[in-house]
Amino acid sequence: MDETSKNVPENDIKLPTGEKLVVSSSPHLSSPERTSKIMGRVLLALAFPAAAGIWYFGLRAAWVIFLTTVFCVAAEAVWCKLARKPVKATILDGSAAVTGVILALNLPPHVPFYVPLIGAVLAIWIGKQIFGGLGYNPFNPAVVARVGLLIALPAIMTTWPAPRGMNSGYPSFKEFKTSVDAVTCATPLSIAGTMPKSTDRYETSHFRKIDNVELIKKYALGCKGGCIGETCIPAIVFGAILLVCFNLINWRVPICYVGTVAIVTGVVNYFYPGVTPSPLFHLVTGGLMFAAVFMATDMVTCPITGTGCVIFAVGCGVITSVIRIWGNYPEGVSFAILFMNALVPLIDKASALRPFGHTAKPKEVAK
Amino acid sequence: MSTIVLVSVIVMGSLGLLLGLVIGFFAKIFKVETDSRVDLVAELLPGANCGGCGKAGCADFAKSVVSGENPPGKCPVSSAEQINAIAMALGIDAGGGFKKRAVVRCGGDIHQVARKINYNGVLDCASASLIAGGPKGCRYGCIGMGSCAAVCPFGAIELVNNLALVHPEICVGCGKCVSACPRGVIQLVPIESTVHVYCNSPEKGPEKRKNCKVSCLGCRKCEKTAPEKFKVEGFLAHVQYDAPVLPTEEDVEAVKCPTGALLTAARHKEIETNDPEFSVNE
Amino acid sequence: MNKSSRSVMTFKNGIHPVYHGKELSESAETRVAPLLARYTVPLAQNAGKPPEVVVNPGDHVKKYQLIAKASGFVSANLHSPVSGTVKGLVDVPGPMGVPAKALEIVPDGLNEEMEPLPAIDWRTAEPKALLDRIAECGLVGMGGASFPTHVKLSPPPEKEIDTLILNGAECEPYLTADHRLMLEDPESVLAGAAVMGRILGIGDRVFIGVEMNKIDAIHRLNEKAEAYGVNIIPLKVQYPQGSEKQLINAITGREVPAGGLPMDAKCVVQNTGTAAAVADAVLRGRPLVERIVTVTGSVVKNPGNWKLLIGTPVIEAIKLAGGVTEEPGKLILGGPMMGFAQKSFEVPVSKNTSGILLLAQDQAVNYVSGNCIRCGRCVQGCPMHLMPCAIAAAVESYRFDLAKKHHVMDCLECGACAYVCPAKRPLVQHNRRAKAEIRRLTAKK
Repeated sequence: MDETSKNVPENDIKLPTGEKLVVSSSPHLSSPERTSKIMGRVLLALAFPAAAGIWYFGLRAAWVIFLTTVFCVAAEAVWCKLARKPVKATILDGSAAVTGVILALNLPPHVPFYVPLIGAVLAIWIGKQIFGGLGYNPFNPAVVARVGLLIALPAIMTTWPAPRGMNSGYPSFKEFKTSVDAVTCATPLSIAGTMPKSTDRYETSHFRKIDNVELIKKYALGCKGGCIGETCIPAIVFGAILLVCFNLINWRVPICYVGTVAIVTGVVNYFYPGVTPSPLFHLVTGGLMFAAVFMATDMVTCPITGTGCVIFAVGCGVITSVIRIWGNYPEGVSFAILFMNALVPLIDKASALRPFGHTAKPKEVAK
Repeated sequence: MSTIVLVSVIVMGSLGLLLGLVIGFFAKIFKVETDSRVDLVAELLPGANCGGCGKAGCADFAKSVVSGENPPGKCPVSSAEQINAIAMALGIDAGGGFKKRAVVRCGGDIHQVARKINYNGVLDCASASLIAGGPKGCRYGCIGMGSCAAVCPFGAIELVNNLALVHPEICVGCGKCVSACPRGVIQLVPIESTVHVYCNSPEKGPEKRKNCKVSCLGCRKCEKTAPEKFKVEGFLAHVQYDAPVLPTEEDVEAVKCPTGALLTAARHKEIETNDPEFSVNE
Repeated sequence: MNKSSRSVMTFKNGIHPVYHGKELSESAETRVAPLLARYTVPLAQNAGKPPEVVVNPGDHVKKYQLIAKASGFVSANLHSPVSGTVKGLVDVPGPMGVPAKALEIVPDGLNEEMEPLPAIDWRTAEPKALLDRIAECGLVGMGGASFPTHVKLSPPPEKEIDTLILNGAECEPYLTADHRLMLEDPESVLAGAAVMGRILGIGDRVFIGVEMNKIDAIHRLNEKAEAYGVNIIPLKVQYPQGSEKQLINAITGREVPAGGLPMDAKCVVQNTGTAAAVADAVLRGRPLVERIVTVTGSVVKNPGNWKLLIGTPVIEAIKLAGGVTEEPGKLILGGPMMGFAQKSFEVPVSKNTSGILLLAQDQAVNYVSGNCIRCGRCVQGCPMHLMPCAIAAAVESYRFDLAKKHHVMDCLECGACAYVCPAKRPLVQHNRRAKAEIRRLTAKK
């Protein structure tokens, strides 16, 4: 060695041995983002409508949410065990819990225990795992389960207990623990669905009963019959803001979805007020807001590009409006989302991005 | 009630009849003439669609056999009896080439390759070989991630201690693994051959030695012992598979390869599968 | 280009890494490394053909003496970094994991130097003379691709060039070599830029793009920029701002056509380090034998920037930085986003080594190939506006034709997609595989 070694106290320098060197492709750094963190944040956003649902429908609603989530996670674990997939890693990604909570918030508050059980199996097995698990499912698992339950158990799925404080307008702490099973009510949408339709341009009176400023205020706050999570609009909006801030959903989806429904129902309502209630009524009733924020935006089953998301959301909005106005079912969001989910590969293809350096006209590049 | 039943029966019945007639009509006028011999040959073929014959599949091969493009013997999968049956059915010569088997010319399992590298990434041989030359120290040996096993239509390749191992009794020599291997370690050899050089590295002996305990050092011991059966090219010994007499176990014993790169297939398999801690030096 | 509004420019998409790691070494002044016992100078340090060795084992060489001569147009000369004795050709671990040939030189400690080549007055000299000097001094792109500089500066006559951009973005986390260079020797950078502008016959459209996190460097450059007729462009801190195509887009607004080169957008892009080397070659007559290298990482005891001679083994550079505090999990030549992971500490520093980075074991990414949840973060991050998730899905099912349809050949391998992927999918590796496979298939045809 030359003078270098004399100058530097060689023994004090700890040199690496290279035993633990890992060789991998670049990049060698990664963002702290993880699938489980994403799902955790979605759960956080879902806590708002869930809390509102529990507040309006009592502890029974909490029980349904708890049961559905546990069943979903259990269904996932059972499948992974049978399919010899890693159980713990799959559960810990949190996707089953998210599906469970979304499904629960789509159930009436008083359903018997077997409804969450069937729903969980439908969602996780039929909706997700048979396609290959998280990321491979073409349809939103929670929507698959909800539609399955709606068709299989129509009576249970369309019997709505009245929320606490239905008459007074605001629920109180006193009756929090009391069961609400006894009193049932109809959802504003189902009432509207049973009303006779009239194409008379000036006939509006019969919708007035359910579509007026006073009632819409009440509906918006959550004082109406409906699924656990869909009734309280402010809670859903809070959740939406959270999701957009966390960059977990594409803001175009809820905005375009809700906007399309408002425009379509608004146009129909303007020309034929006797056919359908006002757009405001459509926005605050039923599962539209919840679905637009939490179900249509599911990363796996909505298009990747911004343009694709707009097409997807507008499609959802049109189908929802058509079912609501002219269909047999009072509510159409689930069917709309399922239908548009099926079109996502096509939308993705149609809305593919223009890569950097590619002109609109495909230019022959130098060989 | 009865009218509903009646109407449905009549409607469905007549619909079925009508559609049946339509299908029958079109089947008649658009009939494609096929050579019945093609179907016959296809039936006699194994139906594995492995592509070892160079055709797109067994049906394609059957067509080429009937047209005389290929002799039946070109199918690597069928046994001699099956090929004879095809030849007899068509009244042609069985033809045929050598029956081949694949062999992975590398003995560098996880215990033999000295410089192991902690690789992190896609578990696919071709992808791994792009990153810093692959996870093992040797740049010519088996990468051990089983891209060959994944493409084998017969499940004849097993991964043992990060080394691909061909089970000769299952392998039919279709050659899919040969093209899947990014290192070109796999070679098709005559089915009768039992002795192979389990090394594929053309590097100089000492270089190889640094990376792998069981590499061929190019010492020419085998060539000196049986010059008609082994040949050393550069620093790597090769079994002369086209020689009139193939080397046998006795030859291996006579050569006493110092690193153990020259082995019988049976012994190689025994080393890899039975004794994971086996090391030639220790 | 909007020269008037000197606002912070940038390109579309891209990512913002949460941890830049630049604070480890950005305030450390560049130090000169002491002489080592031996140097292994790799032969193939340039894109294209490696140069031919012109010395024999046992020869005595002086510092700056030519040891390997360019073997064609796309090739670069190689000069001895020290005075000493040539031991001969040896195999050293190459930066790509494949052993490379290198000339081993043992210094004699006498530090004999070649006579410097005569300085050229660049303001009056013929472009051809300047170009020849650059070729003679063995200059290559010092940013990473190591394309011979004289080739880049002599575009085919049918290509019109109206813009020269110097890449001072240094968007890679951890690296500070260019930053220190611009701070400590702004005049060399500016002079090099002006020389290259003269070679290309560009009057006023010579730009140096610098990211806003190097505001001190921007100020230092601006002090002297006027005299050299160079414009300093502040750029937004965004990865990969320093990618040729993105830099051109940010500064001029032009798009380099797919599969094309910067000259197709009438631009030439050079690294700031290269510019300083050009100044050395033209004004001081010195060939390229050393470069500034950032030796950094959280496990390095004293991270900093060193002027290292080409051929210094990495382990010696780490020794200069005081060794390590714990066993590193990764050794990377270059930056953490596009650099190459090494398996040996014997890799020598070459002309394009901008950094030696040691990551702690828990710091380096662990690719797990989780399920793609189609979150679209890779699509949002891709500076080339590709869909990495779709490409990876195609590659995983060996559908390289499909990957090609998704424009995988336009991929820069910048790593933005894999960085943001929440499922930690090795997206860049998939893209590399697809590119290699498609190139092989087209070569077959």
